[in-house]
Amino acid sequence: MLNVAAFILSLAIVGVVFEMLRRKKLREKYAALWLIVGVGTLVLAAFPRLLTIVTELAGVQLPSNLLFIISILLLLGVCLHLSWEISVVEDETRALAEEVAILRALIEERPAAATHNGDHANSPSSQ
Amino acid sequence: MNNDKSTRVLIIMPAWNEAESVGNTVREVLAVERPYDVLVVNDGSKDDTAVLAANAGATVLNLPFNLGVGGAMRAGFKYAQRRGYRRVIQVDADGQHDPRNIEEVLAGLEHADISIGARFADRGDYAVKGPRKWAMQFLARVISGLAKTRLTDVTSGFRAANERAINQYLDHYPAEYLGDTIDSLVVAVRSGCTVTQIPVAMRPRQGGTPSHNPLKAAIYLGRSVFALLFALTRKRSTIQASSVSSQEPAAC
Repeated sequence: MLNVAAFILSLAIVGVVFEMLRRKKLREKYAALWLIVGVGTLVLAAFPRLLTIVTELAGVQLPSNLLFIISILLLLGVCLHLSWEISVVEDETRALAEEVAILRALIEERPAAATHNGDHANSPSSQ
Repeated sequence: MNNDKSTRVLIIMPAWNEAESVGNTVREVLAVERPYDVLVVNDGSKDDTAVLAANAGATVLNLPFNLGVGGAMRAGFKYAQRRGYRRVIQVDADGQHDPRNIEEVLAGLEHADISIGARFADRGDYAVKGPRKWAMQFLARVISGLAKTRLTDVTSGFRAANERAINQYLDHYPAEYLGDTIDSLVVAVRSGCTVTQIPVAMRPRQGGTPSHNPLKAAIYLGRSVFALLFALTRKRSTIQASSVSSQEPAAC
């Protein structure tokens, strides 16, 4: 019974990720990881024996321990990845802010410079 | 773009909510009667900083949101490079730096790439106590060792840069806390820029209050050591010569 619930849950995860991808709410590079997680749980829910086999092979005492350590490492990785991504985005935002400020300053300088030369730059020049 | 800019000096003044003092500071600097252009980098102020600075005769760079001193300064350096300025100097908008000292600090650029207007070098009565002082002394000692010259005030915001230093800064000038002072200086030195210091006296601020909270000072110490350690492990920059003057890459 519990296996069925786990199977449905993982199916839902895969479904949601797929739908978000389809609607372009999620970039592919983030989706890949979640799809792997979803499919992994799907397989484990379908064949619970797999986990016990791997647990014995890895020399871990309880299957749940193996499951927990894998999940924790995975979540840690995801968090680190997101922090890295947001740092990149902040850097890009900073560069854009600088660029916008400089462009604005250059544009605001222009009419002043033109009036200084004696011609009226405020009216669009027709040549 | 503008060749006449090459002989002029750009004064970069980062300002965040400095409406109280920015107007006076700009007017004071412009009153020195030197070929100075003042650029106030309005770092997302919520008050009238931008308007008051522009009325006082400064060019204003309006950042759409607050980036911190490091962010404001890099925007200023970028502007300087695009307009072809060969020498820039950072001056605080709060009136702490005496405009009459600007020429002295700039003179340091004749034999170095970066010239720091230093507060503790036997001039003026600027004093700090406790952890903040230890932090400043410690930083000064470490960076003096790196730069192979005696520096007493590495966190001073009164800093001049020549073309080579500007190009180096554009490669590495973090917006992080202390990135504008320690981090940028350490990486510049490790990339081969030379540093000198000019003793100056600081004046009391015209607006705002300095912090003397011991807890804040302790946090400052921790963060400065943190910033220093990171700066020491960063990769060196290879500095490109400004495209305005030449196409050849030059080591700093």
